[in-house]
Amino acid sequence: MTTRSAFRPIVFTLNGARASVRAHPMARLLDVLRESCGLTGTKEGCGEGECGACTVLVDGRAVNSCLVPVAHVAGRKVLTIEGLKGRHPLQRAFAEHGGTQCGFCTPGMILAAVALGPHPTLEDVRRGLAGNICRCTGYEGIYRAILKSGGASRASDSGTRNAGSTRQEKTSHAKGEARSRVPRPASCSRRRSRPAGRLAKAGVPPRRRRRT
Amino acid sequence: MRTALSALTLLRPLSLRDALRMMRDDGPLTPLAGCTDVYVGLNLGTASDRRFIDLARLEALRGIAVRGGAIRIGALTTYSELLRSPLVRRRLPMLASAAGAIGAVQIQNRGTIGGNIANMSPAGDTLPVLAAADARVELRSVDRVRTVPFALYYTGYRRSVRRTDEIITAIEVPPVEGAQWFRKVGTHAAQSISKVVMAGVRAERPRIAFGSVAPTVVRARRTEDALAAGATIAEAREVLQLDISPIDDIRSTAAYRREVAARLLTQFWSSTAP
Ligand SMILES: Cc1cc2nc3c(=O)[nH]c(=O)nc-3n(C[C@H](O)[C@H](O)[C@H](O)COP(=O)(O)OP(=O)(O)OC[C@H]3O[C@@H](n4cnc5c(N)ncnc54)[C@H](O)[C@@H]3O)c2cc1C
Ligand code: FES
Ligand code: FES
Repeated sequence: MTTRSAFRPIVFTLNGARASVRAHPMARLLDVLRESCGLTGTKEGCGEGECGACTVLVDGRAVNSCLVPVAHVAGRKVLTIEGLKGRHPLQRAFAEHGGTQCGFCTPGMILAAVALGPHPTLEDVRRGLAGNICRCTGYEGIYRAILKSGGASRASDSGTRNAGSTRQEKTSHAKGEARSRVPRPASCSRRRSRPAGRLAKAGVPPRRRRRT
Repeated sequence: MRTALSALTLLRPLSLRDALRMMRDDGPLTPLAGCTDVYVGLNLGTASDRRFIDLARLEALRGIAVRGGAIRIGALTTYSELLRSPLVRRRLPMLASAAGAIGAVQIQNRGTIGGNIANMSPAGDTLPVLAAADARVELRSVDRVRTVPFALYYTGYRRSVRRTDEIITAIEVPPVEGAQWFRKVGTHAAQSISKVVMAGVRAERPRIAFGSVAPTVVRARRTEDALAAGATIAEAREVLQLDISPIDDIRSTAAYRREVAARLLTQFWSSTAP
């Protein structure tokens, strides 16, 4: 049997912080997030790309994390529902407008909505959420929530597609950090990146992001 | 994931040369591109492949460019990239339409055109477009590169001319004269596999291709000949029935597919009328 230490670390940016994971390169991003990183907001519905419950953003674009080998996010920016800290306008809007009932589809729905950027039209929303299935709400509440809140109206919310957003993301991450005190398995180490991260304080220069 | 990870091996070359060497020396290897087909099989535990090679870092397989008048599309080009490309939208609107009809956004952001071809499903939505456009598939192995006309790429149901040591590196599409048309019929707009899919080019000699109505994507050559010779659309619909050989399966019936194929032909003909 292969032990975890046999794997070279895969380094990526997770919700604005540097993450380093020792996992099989073909492990699903979904499993790495949930099990190695302790971020269980990302759900598995179907495991075959149909339902969108596992949607996360990679470099600002929605993907099904059940179909992504973790090796493919090396050097990239991953945004999960935890990265929104429970304070995103879309999260509030989903609660207020009946966009969520059992909640299983909600993280994926919200991230797919974030990927649409600010002020999407109904047509944008229908198209952008076509890969996200909800068994409870009948979708009307979801569409209403997104349209009423103006989508991902703050520049930082669309996450990661434009370089300018990076700084804001980190700032907001610093605030949310205290909430996630879940003990993490040693296979995923997450640190706040520069400039406030512990590594930076210790004088270790930030690592260059590699595009792979 | 129902497949045991510990049983899987992944080779991760950084250059096309290394990749092709691995394909020759360490094979048989299953390439990974956007993984939207491969991971469904791994997740369900139905895939039998255990040794993989990751194409994701091969820059040589990316990009859309004009070369010698033809559009050259790197095999790793995703559907989202096709949709965003002004070149594709302007010169190959039927390919942009096909890309937009595939899966949903999450699939379009990951699925690649090379994967659609290599997966060999007769329902692949870009395939009728490539057939109607007389595209060519570029295949590379360590010692050679060859360019296969799309019409000769598939040799039967889920069979192709690709050798196990070859990688699809690009698709070339020569200039297409005439009005382009694409239509997919499935159970709903998103996330559905085609029951019938058609691409057509309206020129002096029309070019018409169908997916999901035969063991491989088909060019409806007899129908094309008939229309070029001045047949009426009613006559052409009859001829079309000889060009296709649909079956009953979980998604549809042969009879339904024959009827829908004929209706698509009519729609194509009337909506591209000069
Ligand atoms: C929910 C869902 C919806 C879908 N909807 C559609 C749809 O509407 N229409 C449609 O046509 N398809 C659809 N698909 C299928 C799939 O998304 C497409 O076939 C896609 O193009 C596959 O590309 P990929 O890069 O993800 O391939 P991968 O999964 O990475 O690979 C697929 C196959 O091709 C081989 N391969 C990939 N690239 C190369 C290469 N360059 N050279 C040699 N071999 C290669 C692989 O080894 C594998 O056998 C859907 C899939 C899912 C999960
Ligand atoms: S769990 Fe990934 S799409 Fe359903
Ligand atoms: S709220 Fe229950 S699945 Fe959408």
